[in-house]
Parts: sequence; C-alpha cells; structure tokens
Amino acid sequence: MHDEIRESMLKKSKAAKRELFGKIISGLAILLIIAIVASIFIFVASKGIATFTTDKINLWDFLSKTVWNLSVKGANGQPEVGALAMIVGSFVVTFLAAILATPFAIAAAIFMTEISKKTGRKILQPVIELLVGIPSVVYGFIGLTVVVPMVKAVFGGTGFGILAGTFVLFVMILPTVTSMTVDALNSIPSDYRSASLALGATRWQTIYKVVLRAAMPGILTAVVFGMARAFGEALAVQMVIGNAIIMPNSLVTPAATLTSVLTMGMGNSVMGTLSNNALWSLGLLLLLMSLLFNVVIRKIAKKGGKF
Amino acid sequence: MQKKHFGFLGILVLAAVLSGCGLKQKGEVLNAVGSSALQPLVESAGEEFNKKYPDVYVNVQGGGSGTGLAQIQAGAVDIGNSDLYAEEKSGIDPKKIIGTKVAVVGITPIVNKGVKVKSLTLKQLRDIFLGKITNWKEVGGQDLPIVLLNRAQGSGTRVAFEQLVLNGQQPLNAQEQDSSGMVRKIIASTEGSISYLAFSYLNDTVKTLELSGFEPTQKNVTTNAWPLWSYEHMYTSKKPTAMTKKFMKYMMTSEVQDKIVTKMKYIAIKDMKVTRSIDGKVSLIKQSSK
Repeated sequence: MHDEIRESMLKKSKAAKRELFGKIISGLAILLIIAIVASIFIFVASKGIATFTTDKINLWDFLSKTVWNLSVKGANGQPEVGALAMIVGSFVVTFLAAILATPFAIAAAIFMTEISKKTGRKILQPVIELLVGIPSVVYGFIGLTVVVPMVKAVFGGTGFGILAGTFVLFVMILPTVTSMTVDALNSIPSDYRSASLALGATRWQTIYKVVLRAAMPGILTAVVFGMARAFGEALAVQMVIGNAIIMPNSLVTPAATLTSVLTMGMGNSVMGTLSNNALWSLGLLLLLMSLLFNVVIRKIAKKGGKF
Repeated sequence: MQKKHFGFLGILVLAAVLSGCGLKQKGEVLNAVGSSALQPLVESAGEEFNKKYPDVYVNVQGGGSGTGLAQIQAGAVDIGNSDLYAEEKSGIDPKKIIGTKVAVVGITPIVNKGVKVKSLTLKQLRDIFLGKITNWKEVGGQDLPIVLLNRAQGSGTRVAFEQLVLNGQQPLNAQEQDSSGMVRKIIASTEGSISYLAFSYLNDTVKTLELSGFEPTQKNVTTNAWPLWSYEHMYTSKKPTAMTKKFMKYMMTSEVQDKIVTKMKYIAIKDMKVTRSIDGKVSLIKQSSK
C-alpha cells in the first residue's frame, strides 16, 4: 500500500527529467563554447609562436624593432620582423580615441540621466543604440570620403594617418562608452542624490561630487571597454590610417596598426611561411591584449564592488 | 514553442531543398582565386565560357597572388591566378602545380593629375621610390613634395615593380594600400602623389608617365620598349578536372586571346616579340610568321 507513494517519490517526475534534459543541453552548450575558445587560442598561439621557434626570430626584436620587411633579409641574415611601429600605432589611436570620447560620453550620459531623463530616454537612447549597430565598414567608408579629405584640408599632409583613425574610432566607441556610462550612473541609488541635495548641495555639486565619484568604477569600465573595441577594430582603421609601417612621428602622416597590417597582408602570404607566421604573431599579440583589457575590466569591477 | 520549432525546421528543410536544386541547376562550378590584376580577364573569359557551356559556372575571386598559389597548392580551388611564377613565392612547391602563361600585363607609374612631369627615366623612377628624389622639381616639375604610395608587401604588382624598377630592393617605407582600386582613388585625390598600376586598372582620373620617352601602350610592351610588364599565370593541379582543362584550353583560343585580352588592355602572349625568363633576362623571339 505504501509502495505506490514510495515509488512515486523515488521515481523521477516529469519535471525532474526535463530539468536534467535542460541541464545536459546547457552543459553541452557551455562545453562547446569552451572548446571553441580553447581551440582558437591554441591555434593562434601555436601559429604565432612559430615565428619565434620555427623561423628563429628574436622575440625582443619583434617587440622592439620598427622595420617590418618580411621578404628581404636584414643585416643579421634574417628577415626583419619588427612590430614596434604597429604596436605604438595601435596604442596611440586607441588612447587618443578614448581620451577624445570620454568627456563627450560622460557629458552625454549626465545629460541623459541627471538633467533631462525624458529626452534622454526618448530620443538619445535610441540614437545611441542605433550608432552602436552601424557596421564598422560604414564608419570606414565615411572616414575615407569625409574625414580624410577634412583632415587633409585642415591639418595638411595626405589626410591619412593617426588623426583620421582617431576621429573614426572616436565616433565608433562614443556610443559604447556613453551607453555603459549611462548604465553606471543609473545604478547609483537615488538616496545619494537626495541626501546630497538635502545637505544643501546644488545639482552640479551633487553630480560632480557624489554621482560621478560613486559611478567612477563603472565609468572606467566603460572607457576600457571602448578602448578594447578601438584596439581590435580593423577595417575602418585600415581604410583611413594609410598603412605605412613607420614609427609615427606626426598625427597626419600615414601610420599602421596591428590590425591594419594583418588585414593587408593576409591575401599575399602563404600558409606556413614566415610572412604568414609573422601575421599570426600579430594576431596572438592582439588576442593577448584583449585578454589584458578583460582582466583590467574585471579588476575595476571588483574594486567597484567594495564601494 | 512547438509551432516555432516546426517553423524553424521547415525553413531549414526548405533551404536544403532549394540549395540542392540550385546546385543541380548550376551544374559544375570552376573556382578560380588569386591575383587581382588578372581577375577582370578571367571573369570576362568565364562569362563567355559560360555562354558556350551553360552548365559550367566560373567563379572568380581576388585575394592576391599568394592566396591563389596557396589555395591551388592545397587543392582547395580549381585554378590559382598569380602575377608571379610559383618558383618566386616562398612556401610554394612548383612541382606540385602546373602553370600556364595566359597573358602579359603592363604596369605603369601613375601620378596625380596636378603633377607637371611628363616623362621620367627608369633611374629617376627608381630614385623616387627609394627616397633619393623627394620633390618633383628635381625631375623637371613644379616645387611639390613627392608622396609615395605602395601596394601591400607581397602583392604581385608590387613584387613585379620591385624587380623591374628597383632591382629587387625594397621601396621607401610609405603608405600602402592593398587594392588597385584604392591606389587609383588616392592618387586621384592626393597632390604630388605617385604609385603604380596595372594597365587594366587605368582610367582618366589619374595621369600616366612616359618612361624615357615611351608611352605605356600595349604595343610598346610587346617590344619591351616599355619594360614594366609581367606575365599572368594560371595554375592548376597536376591532375585537373576535365572541365578545368577545357577552360584552360579556352583561355588560349583566339576567341579569348584576340578579343577579350586586347579589349581589356592586357597583351596576348603570342603578340610578344620578346620573352623574359624567370631570372629577368629579356630576349627577342625569332619571328617566323607575320
């Protein structure tokens, strides 16, 4: 008599079976993603390291020399594989774009969250979301037809160079940084504002001394996120930066970034040769950099949690 | 939920059926990949070929000579187009593939229209690209700095230019672009700029230069009076499919060589009065007919 109940207690119910099924599906999905990430990493790393193991290029030369000449042997009897000019180019456009974008992003975010919430939500939010969705090739195309001639007319030179790249990246990362800053400001409890206002602070003092201070980790995350995007952007930058592998000595002369050299060289190299492996090394460098950006974002988020 | 699933499945099935049909209708596809200098020629030859054999579709893609050679060596495509001999590209085993010279393409220096120089010598051109001459006034033009523009390292046109003009040296490190179209566009809009382009990409937005008094014409290429030219190669595997063989044969018929090749500003191999060996020696061909 008791058996029936006992059995039904011991037997898995339909819901439990479904749960197991769901667990298995999601577990497999996670395994697949992990496997893909791991295999990409291993593949890029093994190809990228081949430059230094198979082709015997000195790692220090790779990081510290500026001559990138894969087809001709240099003074030491080896092709010159110096990536410093591109590394510097990448960092300079990234930092300049971030420096330019941050004040605009913070100002826009303050307007949207503190000053005019209604306009912010109704007009600015959709506009910014739209900007995030524009494909990078469109930004590059606009850069080529509008920004480059403008830079040429105003600052001289050919128009191609770090400045043009900075402007294009500035427009590209501005919406990302802005919308993340908006999220950061929105997450500040309204008690802070009320308390500050109750103490007699003006609105500006509240924004400047309370809201922005409290939202600092979130804003930093937004900026680093924007930088990560700028650092990895290839197409739009390649179209406007001029692609000259020279140590940049001015903002309006052609320069190169890691990504632009990578996209330029892909079609002209053969798998397994040095010129191909060297490009993989650049890819590995980019991968490590994006890893670093991720770590920085996590560190900032952690620190933010302590507030 | 269930309904959604069925809808999705339905779309999948439909797509599979449709693509299956598409393949059946298309019949055979010949894939040719590589040199962008050769791409327009193979494309139009492919279109004509398609008119003769409606069930064969020739799919031509660019990507660069390196890609063409690498892909044909890997057996991933039917034809690899290249501006270079397979022997010249490191990482390619020339014994694995068979090459055919299908045409000759002329290469010419191009400058921005505002440049007031009409003619250069080969040495002046070399010095410009090596950075020894940096102002147009040094070669008889106005006082205007020279802006160099190169193709990407390893690009077929650039390698040919390096061999023929710079004697194998690397040009001064300067701006690089990875496509002929971009080079033309930038030269057209940048004062004092100079670069080089295959004849097939020329149009009237840029100005060509004479070289020691000779104009960049197809006729001057045939006699080597215009020394900047290179062979265009099409590579197949050692055992090409029947259709690939047919297409390669078709490329060499007079239909292609006399009509399409000349019309698209290439030069037919049989019109050449000189040959150039792989190490760059130019010799006269003994004239038998004509």
